[in-house]
Amino acid sequence: MVSKHGLEIWVGLFVAAGLAALLMLAMKVSNMSAFADDQGYRVQARFENIGGLKIRSPVSMAGVRVGRVADIAFDAKTYEAVVTLRIAEKYNTLPKDTSASIFTAGVLGENYVGLEAGAQDSYLKDGDTIKLTQSAVVLENLIGQFLFNKAQEGKAPEGKK
Amino acid sequence: MILWLRSLGRGGLDFFERLGRGNLFALQALAGIPSVLMKPMLLVAQLYSVGVLSVQIIVVSGLTVGMVLGLQMYNTLTDFGASQSLGPVVALSLVRELGPVLAALLFSGRAGSALTAEIGLMKATEQLSGMEMMAVDPIKRVIAPRLLAGIISMPLLAAMFSAVGILGSYFVGVGLLGVDSGAFWSQMQSKVDFYQDIYNGFIKSMVFGIVATWIAVFEGYDAVPTTEGVSRATTRTVVHTAFAVLGSDFVLTALMFGEK
Repeated sequence: MVSKHGLEIWVGLFVAAGLAALLMLAMKVSNMSAFADDQGYRVQARFENIGGLKIRSPVSMAGVRVGRVADIAFDAKTYEAVVTLRIAEKYNTLPKDTSASIFTAGVLGENYVGLEAGAQDSYLKDGDTIKLTQSAVVLENLIGQFLFNKAQEGKAPEGKK
Repeated sequence: MILWLRSLGRGGLDFFERLGRGNLFALQALAGIPSVLMKPMLLVAQLYSVGVLSVQIIVVSGLTVGMVLGLQMYNTLTDFGASQSLGPVVALSLVRELGPVLAALLFSGRAGSALTAEIGLMKATEQLSGMEMMAVDPIKRVIAPRLLAGIISMPLLAAMFSAVGILGSYFVGVGLLGVDSGAFWSQMQSKVDFYQDIYNGFIKSMVFGIVATWIAVFEGYDAVPTTEGVSRATTRTVVHTAFAVLGSDFVLTALMFGEK
């Protein structure tokens, strides 16, 4: 049998190890550490089609993550998707005519919003709207177009005869 | 035919009687928990035998489960050129399901059965009646500290299981198979959500802790006070805990992750 002190030390170690494991799960494994950059200014962008974009998808500029998608809504009047981007406060020097496009990481990867700087002198502020947008490339549409073109090619020689 | 019906009826009545006794017993034990907090040494001793002594099996199993998951997942994921997703796959399956469930099953095998046997033998050797004679409430003195120790230990053990499992898959995935270390962690961080995954996993393991320890102490307290009775009660603890944990896991998963 372990002495009273030994007992308490072991139990203390046990509880500490358990809490350390929880802390590791929270900090290292989950996105808890990314919560800090939740502050920032919000900018809206309207897209015709957002593809597989989700809330919390990354917003990147020159390949560096500068923010996240905060909200996605549908505008029933213009039939567009309204995407709210939350951009970290330290990147507050984006020109007003910055353009936003939806890209896919790899062929089957997740969607993200890519920003490209414009040339204007005034900067985007909280509540602004990005005017220049480019929708997501939907793979099905591309395949459809490709097949259509193939079919057209196949027909053309016959028409010549 | 009548005899068959009668035995069916008796079985049903026995079942519900036991269930009712178990629930009353749980209420009594929960009511005894405040008095445990007045005597923390009782709780520390139980935390040692329930928690500390289970660490070994939890850590070893967590490590091997994580390593095997990493190995198996890697083979399938490379077929799709998605070996970078090894981190999130392993982390999600461990944190959401395998961590709480396997830790609870191991916990019932390691600590639950010991609790049942201990309490059952106390009953068989009439120590519990002895306590009552001395005006010591055995539920407050014996049962409540063990129940509380189980409820505290289980989430900690499950967290250790998941953490060690993820480390194990890191060793195999990054160390042996050559997945990129940065991609392993960053993909994991972008896919695993604190509230959705880790917090819910924590709640799961807490529920399993309550269920597993409750069954263990009740089976011990309710055991037939003979050698055979105690041995049966110990077996029942492990079997019933497995049923209860797996059943409640399905319900909890459906509630937590079912609708999106």
